Amino acid sequence: MSKVLEAKNISKQYRLGQVGTGTLSHDLKRMWYAMRGKEDPFLKIGEKNDRNVASKSNYVWALKDINFEINRGDVVGIIGKNGAGKSTLLKILSQVTSPSTGDLKIKGRIAALLEVGTGFHPDLTGRENIFLNGAILGMQKSEIKSKFDQIVDFSGCVKYIDTPVKRYSSGMMVRLGFAVAAHLDPDILIVDEVLAVGDAEFQEKCLGKMKDISGEGRTILFVSHNMASMKALCKKGFLMEHGQLGFQGTMNETIERYLASKTKVTGEAEIPAGSSSINSGQVRFTKFFIQNTKGENTDTISYLSPLKLYFEAETQEELHDVILDIRINTIDGIELVHAMNKYSSNEKTSLKKGSNKIECLLTNQLQPGNYSLTIGIHRTNGATLEYVENIRDINISNIAENEKDGFVYDFNLGYVRFESQWKILN
Amino acid sequence: MIVEDYMKDENWDLIIKPRNSWFDFRINEIWKYRDLLFLFVKRDFIAIYKQTILGPLWFFIQPILSTIIFTIIFGGFAKLSTDGVPGPLFYLGGLTLWNYFADNLTKTSETFVQNQNIFGKVYFPRLIVPISVIISNLLKLGIQFLLFVGVWIYFLVNDTPNLSPNWTIALFPILILIMSGLSLGFGIIFSSLTTKYRDMKFLLLFGVQLMMYVSSVVVPLSMVSEKYQWIMKLNPVVNVIEAFKYGFLGTGNFHWIDIIYSVLFTIVLLIIGIIVFNKVEKSFMDTV
Repeated sequence: MSKVLEAKNISKQYRLGQVGTGTLSHDLKRMWYAMRGKEDPFLKIGEKNDRNVASKSNYVWALKDINFEINRGDVVGIIGKNGAGKSTLLKILSQVTSPSTGDLKIKGRIAALLEVGTGFHPDLTGRENIFLNGAILGMQKSEIKSKFDQIVDFSGCVKYIDTPVKRYSSGMMVRLGFAVAAHLDPDILIVDEVLAVGDAEFQEKCLGKMKDISGEGRTILFVSHNMASMKALCKKGFLMEHGQLGFQGTMNETIERYLASKTKVTGEAEIPAGSSSINSGQVRFTKFFIQNTKGENTDTISYLSPLKLYFEAETQEELHDVILDIRINTIDGIELVHAMNKYSSNEKTSLKKGSNKIECLLTNQLQPGNYSLTIGIHRTNGATLEYVENIRDINISNIAENEKDGFVYDFNLGYVRFESQWKILN
Repeated sequence: MIVEDYMKDENWDLIIKPRNSWFDFRINEIWKYRDLLFLFVKRDFIAIYKQTILGPLWFFIQPILSTIIFTIIFGGFAKLSTDGVPGPLFYLGGLTLWNYFADNLTKTSETFVQNQNIFGKVYFPRLIVPISVIISNLLKLGIQFLLFVGVWIYFLVNDTPNLSPNWTIALFPILILIMSGLSLGFGIIFSSLTTKYRDMKFLLLFGVQLMMYVSSVVVPLSMVSEKYQWIMKLNPVVNVIEAFKYGFLGTGNFHWIDIIYSVLFTIVLLIIGIIVFNKVEKSFMDTV
């Protein structure tokens, strides 16, 4: 394996707050230090990059001491929370900005796709923009000319190629932009979250193209929030945490680490008294938690994995024949799903006096996203005994426990997935 | 960002470092991106007058109207000297060259601020952008120069007194080269400063307007008393415009020493400009 990229102690410092006030005095101080051959005084200050903590100094390290090596043919996925430094790292790799310290060595031609269609001019035609955009990305005119037909073909905009791009729909613009970038043929390709636009067909085409590129032994660095497409495409993973390279390993390990750091483990969450929207005084929910298939308490459930809900209810007296129900709402408050004990069985459910432990298993047909749970206990005549609205938010992630079942699309496809059988009848 | 052909040490093609040497101008990199340079020129040229009714006619309207106004106000009311040649010819000549300089300067000084979207997404040698501005303005100058030549020939044919072109006309390409270099140099220095200190933009807009009055466009050098002419000549643009008028009209001031001064000024300015520009180019995304 030959190294194509080597980063040593890459750091990047940013100034917080209003740039413009006091910069002149800081600049003069920097010059004064530089003239005496001393280190930049402001490079010493700076805190680690954490959005949630108020900063004491004016400088922050967006990246701090990043070290890594990438070999030819590696396909590396970079994940991390917003503001963890992913984009800053890509900007340094693509030479848009320079690091504050450290150095970076690259072998071969590097091309960065931080945006599709960079430099498109609305008044120029599709044809003219292909040449312009190609040249901006570093292609020679002759090279674009020889690939022109392929590019137009890939974009699917043949009909409009001589129309100014300001008449294009935004989707067509993206197609044209990606088509140019896809034919760059760099040795190292850097892609930042650009597939989130465009329709399903196009996204699959792009992912396919990236797979082809990696199949040709080229190196790819890929940033996306879509774990499923990362899992499908990347073999190696980097996890960025507070501007540092928190973990490197296989993509699967990296995603696991990331999700573990993201999901707060709730434990046996107590429900404080007074949480109920309606309460008759006879019964009260005291505990509620959700478990994944590994038996861990969590709010994040894998795509298609069953939802296991556990409750504890404290009653003042024995309650015969009650209705237990659960509602799953969207974040906008649309009541999406309703489940209750009466739907599935005719047996009467009774709660004894004191503490009752209840388990509810739900088949999970939810599409990835965030949902809110509401639980209740009612009498068969409809009278509500206990009702807790929005007791917990759950997150259905887009990766499934079985790798190939993951939800690879970058947009919503409804809330609920229906299983269906399809047959061609002719 | 430093781009070096690094032959030793494992044959890396590209090494990115926080700082690079001051005199690393990376001219070969600009040559590699020459296709982009010409596409930018083409884009500017096509895009400016798209969806205008008069289109490229605007290239003529601008200098014609300015010349008429100048002739009426400065020549007519203020009775300023035009060195004995007809007002329209005097003003049009000065304005053609001056507008080239002023357009270059104002447009190149916006390099970073106007292009921050592209610069924030893709790397290419940033110097391509101001150079492309200079080249597309050169095309515009060419068209406006034809207008001047037309007026000039008209007056020549009509045997206008005091109009005596001479061999220094041949210096015209060199004069244009000096003007291009001067405006590029000033433009990239201003563009580098405006990324951090936006005040520079106001200073520049205001400065360019005022500078016209001390650049021999309106007031010929001959109107300034001999004792103070050297101060005017410190402005390298004065020497260029005077030499231009000397060649085409036979008026004005021409000394080799002044031309050499302007050339040296341009070279030093360009070197300083490129050093500053290359330094800012690496970090401007953080401060713009």
